This record gives sequence, C-alpha cells and structure tokens, in this order.
Amino acid sequence: MCTMIAVSAELKGVGKGTGGWFPLTRATVGYDHATHGPDEHALLLDFVNYEIGPEARVALELDLASGRTLLRQLEEAIAAAEASGV
Amino acid sequence: MAWNMFRTDDRLELTASLTTFRGGNGDEIHGYAVRPAADGPLPGVVVIHHMPGFDEFNQEFAERLGRHGYNVLAPDLYCRYGHGTPDDVAAKVRSEGGVPDESVIADAKAARDWLVALPTSNGKVGIIGTCSGGRHSVLVASSVDGFDAVADLWGGGVVMAPDQLTPARPVAPIDLTERLHAPLLGIFGNDDRSPTAEQVDLHEAELRRLGKDYTFHRYDGAGHGFFYYHTPMYRQEQAMDAWEKVFDFFATNLAAAS
Repeated sequence: MCTMIAVSAELKGVGKGTGGWFPLTRATVGYDHATHGPDEHALLLDFVNYEIGPEARVALELDLASGRTLLRQLEEAIAAAEASGV
Repeated sequence: MAWNMFRTDDRLELTASLTTFRGGNGDEIHGYAVRPAADGPLPGVVVIHHMPGFDEFNQEFAERLGRHGYNVLAPDLYCRYGHGTPDDVAAKVRSEGGVPDESVIADAKAARDWLVALPTSNGKVGIIGTCSGGRHSVLVASSVDGFDAVADLWGGGVVMAPDQLTPARPVAPIDLTERLHAPLLGIFGNDDRSPTAEQVDLHEAELRRLGKDYTFHRYDGAGHGFFYYHTPMYRQEQAMDAWEKVFDFFATNLAAAS
C-alpha cells in the first residue's frame, strides 16, 4: 500500500552521497514502500539538498524497531552533548 | 493473446524509447513509448506508474503490453520534479506530499491523445496502473472522457476517509464513480492492507449500485504488489493468472469497432 506518510523539515548539516560530501537542507522521514530493502514497507529517511538536485541525497531504509533504536541513540547523544557543555 | 503463446515465426519487433510529448498544462514531459512494428490498426494503453516512480518495473510492464500488440505510452508523472535514479526522484515527490491528482489526470489525458494520434491507432485507448497507479487509473477514467477500458491493479486509496484527503489528493475516486463510463477491471490480493478486502467490497457495492460495467478478480494467498517479481510480494500463480485477465480484458474492450 502507498501510505503517503512523510514528514519533512529543514535541516542543517552535510551528508556524503555518491558524489562526495554536500550541504544538507532538508530531511524527510516517511513510512512507505521500500525501494531496496526486503520488507514491503520501511522507514524512509532522506537527507537531501534539492537545490543541487534529486540525486543530492543520502537515503536509509530501516524497519520500525531500528527506527526506535536510532531515535533513542539520537536522544541519548544529544542529551549527553548538551550536558557536556561543549 | 495469452502470455508465451506467440508463434516462433511471428514478427516480434518493438520500438521502445523515452519520448517527449506535451503533457498537462502544455508542459513538455517524458514518457516511455513502446510500439509494435505493425501496420495496425492497434489499440493503445496508457500505463500509469506506481508511487516508486518511473522505474524499470514500469518500463518492463509497458514492454509486455507492447509485446502483446498495444501501442503504449507510460508518462513520467514525476518529470517536473527533476531527474535522477527512480528512487531519488520518488523521494523528492514524497517529500512534497506526492504528485497532485490534477497533474496526473492532465498528463494521462495527454498521453491518451498522443496514442490516438499515432498513425497505427485504432482509436481505442485503455489505462492501467498498479498501486497508486491503479488508483490514478480509476481517477483519470472517472474524470475525463476518452478511455475505453480501465484496469486497476490493487490501487489503494480509491476509498478514502475524509481525514486522508489532502490538497494533492482532494477527492476519493469512489466518489466519482457515477462519472466512470469505461469498463473497469479490478485485480486485488485478499491479504492487501490497502486496499483492504472491505474497501474493495465498498468499491464494488458502489459500482453495482450505479450499474457500472466492472469485473473484479480477488486472489487468495496474495497481498499488495503481487506482480512485483523484484520483491518478496511476488506471487507467481496469482500474477500469471491475473496477467491473462488483463490481456483478455483489453482484447475485449479495445478491439476496433467492426
């Protein structure tokens, strides 16, 4: 099924794609048809810069459990970073 | 003609290429055109790609129809979003909320007109799509005239709850059923979660209520996307049977008027 689930937001950082490093402007997190992974659906994480073009993209396909793990990792790392005062 | 039932001395010649044509809004867009090397007259089929985009499955799908005697044009509904690998372009479309229905309707109608204008056309054109393309096929044939047959292969979102309507998808195709004048073929897997068996029931009830010409085939042991031989969703027995249903349906409804 096409869920059409997609949450998009602006983002600042750099990503490494097939052509090397490039500045990121946006991330989209979706849950829809996997295009490469083995499951029918996957969390689809796209870090992109559409000012460069559709191929300026770092893509991940994760199952939901992995997405939750990643979420916890991000929260722990961000909390530790903020607590460190660095 | 059924699959793999050609004669070994048949003239099996096709041309298949990316072409540019005037799509909706007068925009120049791409389409994958497949044309049998025959004098005609030949029926035409517009192939609507699925949400993963203008991809290799879509091209092979179009080629199979071409091999069975149809002029085919598969418009690149994502052409305006730029170019790259199919998944890169589809990701961009996804990030922008999906391709608007209005754009799909206009491009499909333009593809139909392109097919009818071919010197080998018999004047008849069908439309077919899988997944979101199945929904789009129903939507297009219920929104504009000129299609003689429509095949919906597991199109999710024909039945939509009010909270599923968006600016890009403002109308549930089921609500346009009264305006559908072409015969409809539906191919569904009973294990699909979109459309669910209950949603297919609702669609069928509406078609029956309005006296529409439709035929639904619903397969046990199959879910969504069971033609997709590049995925674990593929179901060989159901897919091959359903392909025959598609060939029979188009042969019946797209033959030249005698």
